[in-house]
Amino acid sequence: MNTQLLLIQVFNGLVNGAFYALLSLGLAVIFGMLRIVNFMHGALYMLGAFAAFALGQLLGLGFWPSLILAPLLVGLLGVVLERGLLSRLYGLEPSYNLLLTFGLTLLTQDLVKQVMLSRFAVSSAPYSPPEVLSGVVNLGFVVFPKYRLFVIALSLVVCLLTWFVIEKTRVGAIIRASTENPVVTRAFGINVSLWVTGVFAVGAALAGLAGVLAAPIYSVEPYMGAELIITTFAVVVIGGMGSIMGSVVTGFAVGVLAAVGAAVYPPIANTLVFILMALVLLVRPSGLFGLPEGAR
Amino acid sequence: MSAVSKLGVTRDPARVTRAAWLIGLGVLLLALPHLIYPVLALDILAWGLFAVAFDLLFGFSGLLSFGHAAFWGTSAYLTAFLLGHGQSVPVAIAGGTLGALALAVPVAYLSVRSSGIYFSMITLAFAQMVSFLALQWTDLTGGENGLQGFARPSLFGLDFSDAQVRYYVCLVLFALGFGVAYRAVRSPFGQAQQAVRDSEQRAQSVGYNPARFKFTAFLLSAGLAGLAGAMYTFGHGVVSLEVVNWRTSGEVVMMTLLGGTTTLFGPVIGAGLVLLLRDVLTTANLPVGIVTGVVFVLVVLFFRRGVVGTLQHWLRRR
Repeated sequence: MNTQLLLIQVFNGLVNGAFYALLSLGLAVIFGMLRIVNFMHGALYMLGAFAAFALGQLLGLGFWPSLILAPLLVGLLGVVLERGLLSRLYGLEPSYNLLLTFGLTLLTQDLVKQVMLSRFAVSSAPYSPPEVLSGVVNLGFVVFPKYRLFVIALSLVVCLLTWFVIEKTRVGAIIRASTENPVVTRAFGINVSLWVTGVFAVGAALAGLAGVLAAPIYSVEPYMGAELIITTFAVVVIGGMGSIMGSVVTGFAVGVLAAVGAAVYPPIANTLVFILMALVLLVRPSGLFGLPEGAR
Repeated sequence: MSAVSKLGVTRDPARVTRAAWLIGLGVLLLALPHLIYPVLALDILAWGLFAVAFDLLFGFSGLLSFGHAAFWGTSAYLTAFLLGHGQSVPVAIAGGTLGALALAVPVAYLSVRSSGIYFSMITLAFAQMVSFLALQWTDLTGGENGLQGFARPSLFGLDFSDAQVRYYVCLVLFALGFGVAYRAVRSPFGQAQQAVRDSEQRAQSVGYNPARFKFTAFLLSAGLAGLAGAMYTFGHGVVSLEVVNWRTSGEVVMMTLLGGTTTLFGPVIGAGLVLLLRDVLTTANLPVGIVTGVVFVLVVLFFRRGVVGTLQHWLRRR
């Protein structure tokens, strides 16, 4: 295999990694605070893409306003979901929230399918990137679509920003404290349940943002999030649900590894992430960055 | 939940109730192909056993597998493949079941070391891998086209092209599988398994090895799911990628919850209700996904005991 092809695969891997990172980051933030795995994350990602598409069709909004508005809408939906549904199951086994979000996923996907068919008469729709970002850019050693480079860059910026906010600011300190010991944090006069809602909304908005970013690459389709979220679960297992930085690094690394592996031996393209997961489980059951079960 | 099983061993009235449930379910299943069309009845048997198998792990071991479609689907494909290559029905069904069991060994080994939500994510991911392999391995699975039109050669004068005949053959297999699950739960193994579920430390301190019990329970559950998958192929006559899809893994969870987890009979009832509902919705041309999604959400929020669990709870309070 020549270096040219290898480099292109590395970039393609970074694009996939950008989505893995954004989604597993959101999952990690939500898991840290709520102790639940949000199966609906894939559906929220799809809703982000769908919102961008619908805003364009109904209000004529382009990519840039949608890039802000769609995640906000998905975040708002997150508030409704957390307050209205998830919070009812907090005292129970975390599995029940996984099941609840699974049911909501089935519901959301088919609702969007119905709406797309009846309102827009399509089952999937392309979404064009903005004018500035169409076309390719010559990096000297490789030619690559501009929009995909933008996706990699924006994902990196958002991931680093989230990491910074959580690890280095006062807001982050409150979130970390609520994660570690909600009772004591409450005793300090902090409204923990308000923060829980906020964190869920931000996690949902991150999924929505990933969805808008994905729309020009994969086109808008009701089931676009389902398989991606399962692959992201494998990425989360590889990284371990411990640290924010861990999930970002793992997201990008797995994306690149899987893409390069697929170039070396194409039939393995879809399954490599899961093989990596099996290997990591064999050597380090709690994941690369995760704490052992007892310490969690 | 654990109180149900503990009471069941010691108190007599519970034994009477259990016998009543057994007889009731038996009569219902014997009459089923005369009440609804036989292929739907066949589906209920296969899915019913699948849900019972799933609950061995979920209800009785506290491990929520989100990837049981892998075992059901592997067996379904393998059975169809063997039938398509001239094997007899018993060989095909046994082959499919053993295939599922063989797949379960590495998956169980890698997943039972984790618990809770981690276990769910790992099993889901492995099932997704199986689903991708099924899509790619077209020689075995037919890829997007699936497998159909395979022979089901007659045996001992039984004509398997008759759905009624297939139903009663499957009913025997179902009784066999259900019997194994029933015995397992009431055996010392089952009691220890539930002790591990309720408190790993406590079980460990009296000398049980939790990992070994979880591993064995996983294999038992996957093997029965495999038998159910083989029954599905034999009864249904068509196998498509849907059998390994993640939605299938979710569907069996829904059936079990709706019917009532740790009740043994519940998952069968749940399977029947879900399949009947789906049949009605499809006939009426209503959106199946939306309605089942709503039912799923409502069950998780308000009806976690399920039909049989609620009935038992209500009977005991009187």
